[in-house]
Amino acid sequence: MPEGPVWKQIPEGGIEILPGSTDRIRTGAWRTERPVIDFSKCTHCMICWVDCPDACFEVSEEQLTGVDLHHCKGCGICASVCPAKCIEMIPEASFAEAAQK
Amino acid sequence: MTTIAQTAQQSLAINGGESVAYAMRQTDPEVVAAYPITPQTFIIEKFSEYVADGLVNTEYINVESEHAALSACVGASAAGGRAATATSGPGLALMFEILGVTSGMRLPVVMHLCSRALSAPINILCDHSDAMAMRDQGWVMMFGADPQEAYDQALVAHTIAEHAQVKLPFANVLDGFTVTHSVERVDVLPDHAAKAFVGEYEPEVWALQPGGGATFGGLDASDFYFEHKRQQAEAISNALSVAQMQLDAFADVSGRQYSLVETYMLDDADVALIVLGSSEGMVRAAVNDARKDGIRAGMLRVRLYRPFPVEQVRAALGSVRAIGVLDRAISFGAPGNSLFQDMHTATHGMSDRPFSAGFVYGLGGRSTPKQEFRDAIRRVADMLDRESEPDGPVYLGLH
Repeated sequence: MPEGPVWKQIPEGGIEILPGSTDRIRTGAWRTERPVIDFSKCTHCMICWVDCPDACFEVSEEQLTGVDLHHCKGCGICASVCPAKCIEMIPEASFAEAAQK
Repeated sequence: MTTIAQTAQQSLAINGGESVAYAMRQTDPEVVAAYPITPQTFIIEKFSEYVADGLVNTEYINVESEHAALSACVGASAAGGRAATATSGPGLALMFEILGVTSGMRLPVVMHLCSRALSAPINILCDHSDAMAMRDQGWVMMFGADPQEAYDQALVAHTIAEHAQVKLPFANVLDGFTVTHSVERVDVLPDHAAKAFVGEYEPEVWALQPGGGATFGGLDASDFYFEHKRQQAEAISNALSVAQMQLDAFADVSGRQYSLVETYMLDDADVALIVLGSSEGMVRAAVNDARKDGIRAGMLRVRLYRPFPVEQVRAALGSVRAIGVLDRAISFGAPGNSLFQDMHTATHGMSDRPFSAGFVYGLGGRSTPKQEFRDAIRRVADMLDRESEPDGPVYLGLH
């Protein structure tokens, strides 16, 4: 580890030399609404998976299985494009209230 | 040891735009992206011919704007290639966002800036309002004075920008028309010598590195942005010694020795004019006239403008007692124009700090005849008699 202040130790120019940092760094904290999937109506068409700008939809064996809330920003595109209308955007506050109870 | 300086260099009669293109052919960057704009046009017209004739391996990207031109260079440089561009005035203005991106990502892109007045009113001729607008964007900036220097600096540029202690973009600043369109004798290195001097670009980290790769331009919030800017301040400060080292190395192969500041008749001078770029020729002539009239005048030309060579300027001034600083751009509303402020700061704290006066000249290509500079020398000498400095700049040749 180099000596000295932090600015002398970090990679120059903010260049990230370890690939995959996007996965490690959790960026979902500023979300105000989260997508909740009603799996009883989901047809697994994967349009949400295609349109999600943060690649948050989790898929296993061609089935939609959930949402990566560590990276979802709550933009609501998935709920807007879902042809089965099975994704609802629920305010984060309601989850915080539920957790407190 | 036989240096290349002792081998034959070819002498060409070409203008400054063509001399830059000649150097670009010899450095053969992986990518050149540019958008044509007067007075930079000679550079990319000539370089396009080299591309069409198969004399370079460069991928020449015809872009839709200067913003795209510099962005393409950023991408190419981050991917691991050597990249170069050229522009002028309003074109530089359109690049502005990407200027800081280039330096912030520590990418050694080389730009040939053929200086031109910023609009409005529209004006295609030379002044330094474009260069002064980019001075805080983290680029190393070197001003040349003639087509020979345009060529020489175009070669040296890459070696300074790509140096491990620097890793910053470089602007080779050339006065529009005066340098770009003036045909003069230019001595050029043989291709093999130019290529050997510039060498290959070998970045430590690049985006398309096999087996690894890297992410450029990621997010810094309040956690590390400050630290990365501090790194840039250190890097551009390193460019001072690196620039002189590479200019010295260039002298070994070319026989042409350059310094961060160039002087004329300064050793015994009482008064001096401070100048950037091609106006030095007329200033030298004015100095000669002043000497004939019994005024011990001299000239100091700042070649390396960013980082500003404070110690070299102080040493060169020696016993000069009064200076006149020639700005070719107005820093609107500032307490002094750009070069004047730099000189004022650089001389601050000198025990025998010279009196200083600011001058503005040549905006929008206004021709400044020798007599105007001679008059400036008179005003500078007057400060010694009056032992006081004027309140604001004098506008030379203003009607």
